[in-house]
Amino acid sequence: MTRATALRRGLVPWLLPIALLAVWQVAAKAGWLSARVLPAPSDIAVAFWTTLRDGSLPHHVGISAERAVLGLIIGGGLGFALGLINGALPIAEDILDSSLQMLRNVPHLAIIPMVILWFGIGEEAKVFLVAVGVLFPMYLNTFHGIRSVDRGLVEMGRVYGLGPVALYLRVILPGALPAILVGLRYALGIMWLTLIVAETISASSGIGYMTMNAREFLQTDMVLLGIIVYALLGKLADIASRWLERRALDWNPSFHTGLEAA
Amino acid sequence: MMVPLRAAAPSPEVQDQATVAGKGLELAFEGVTKAFGDVGVLKGLDLVIPAGQFVAVVGRSGGGKTTLMRLIAGLDGPTGGAIRIDGTARRGLQPDVRLLFQDARLLPWQRVLSNVGIARDPGWKARAQALLAEVGLAERAGDWPYVLSGGQKQRVALARALVTEPGILLLDEPFGALDALTRADMHRLLTRVWRQHGFTAILITHDVAEAVALADRVLVLRDGRVAEDITVDIPRSARATGAPRLAELERRILSAV
Ligand SMILES: Nc1ncnc2c1ncn2[C@@H]1O[C@H](COP(=O)(O)OP(=O)(O)O)[C@@H](O)[C@H]1O
Ligand SMILES: [Mg+2]
Repeated sequence: MTRATALRRGLVPWLLPIALLAVWQVAAKAGWLSARVLPAPSDIAVAFWTTLRDGSLPHHVGISAERAVLGLIIGGGLGFALGLINGALPIAEDILDSSLQMLRNVPHLAIIPMVILWFGIGEEAKVFLVAVGVLFPMYLNTFHGIRSVDRGLVEMGRVYGLGPVALYLRVILPGALPAILVGLRYALGIMWLTLIVAETISASSGIGYMTMNAREFLQTDMVLLGIIVYALLGKLADIASRWLERRALDWNPSFHTGLEAA
Repeated sequence: MMVPLRAAAPSPEVQDQATVAGKGLELAFEGVTKAFGDVGVLKGLDLVIPAGQFVAVVGRSGGGKTTLMRLIAGLDGPTGGAIRIDGTARRGLQPDVRLLFQDARLLPWQRVLSNVGIARDPGWKARAQALLAEVGLAERAGDWPYVLSGGQKQRVALARALVTEPGILLLDEPFGALDALTRADMHRLLTRVWRQHGFTAILITHDVAEAVALADRVLVLRDGRVAEDITVDIPRSARATGAPRLAELERRILSAV
């Protein structure tokens, strides 16, 4: 009885998407929907299969992922480092923070024309844009995290004989970690968004290029495939960061309730 | 009345004192003042606390009790005068002084055992485990702090304070937030570990009954000075029963605050 209800509960949310997919498939195949507007789901599946077999899909996904990760490491690492330094040293904050806050107000996608002038359409342009995009969320959240560490705990650490290094590693950094991970999650979102825009505007490889190229030949199935791949990659990054949060914040009761509810 | 209790000749008090001699450190204030800007909080303290004595400090809120603790711990420096520990004037953080805060201040991201051994001295795991056993929480070593009750958190904090065998233990209203039953448990525990470890104890409390129940000596801090210095000349074994002398002391302290 209860198992049957559980099964029904599990299935019910899928009914509408499946029905829509079925209607879409029928509509496309019956010719009510032009393939130029929306290709049939089966056509997208076929496009997926053929590009997977001829290796072009993995190739483009690989290149996009490489740009994303490289940009994330460079920009995220820099933002993280700046956040740590400014959070720990008031002098550094005085020198750097207001400049960073000013730069933060420039939407990073607005500098695309400049970036193309500087780097052409080479790899550097895409990596640079991603790096700039992820730098600020990482910086702001790391900085804020370090600043909002419970001062009572820092004081306790000092009274209990922790030196500056131990204090930083055992009290300040773990205290800032929840905020840092929030920054990482934001950064991952911005990372994909930036890459989509950058690859769509100027690239000779990557998922964005694959989609734009397909558009020129009116291969709507390929365009949709590209969109779906982007969505999946974004979801993957989100899952990864949530997993990391749960692992790293095991001590935090609010994450425990989150874990049980999830 | 002003003679420190420990100096008293053989009396029923003797069994009442710390049994481990020589662990506690003597604490002396010489004309200690502390001001924040123009506002004087401590206006000249001259006072000797013999090694191993249990002193309670009472006084009105904002009277400078926490400030006094911070000076002893070395978190702040005095504006004038000197604080001597074991005869030497000290400045800066004191490795042989530990402070128990009103909120337990456990690191939420470290399990109970790692919180107790926070300084990670060589052999800390065994020491920390032994102290957890002493405060009755041996089985909770692997737990996260958030699963503990308020009283249990304070017991972990007490174990953490004792793990380095401090010569002086400062307690800044550590039981203020606990319910009456848990509080009574904590009183028994504190008395026991004080006897066993022999540290000099300085307990801030707003509860006069708590002060006379636990301490050898009660200091009333008022207007930045020690307004009263009262020896609790009743054996600890006789205190729980509500001796008339106890009530008299309580009245005297209350009128001085
Ligand atoms: N860091 C500080 N800066 C300025 N004033 C302070 C500071 N710390 C304490 N004070 C003041 O000193 C007085 C005594 O405070 P405190 O020692 O905390 O009192 P108590 O613990 O007895 O309640 C209060 O008036 C408080 O506002
Ligand atoms: Mg206080």
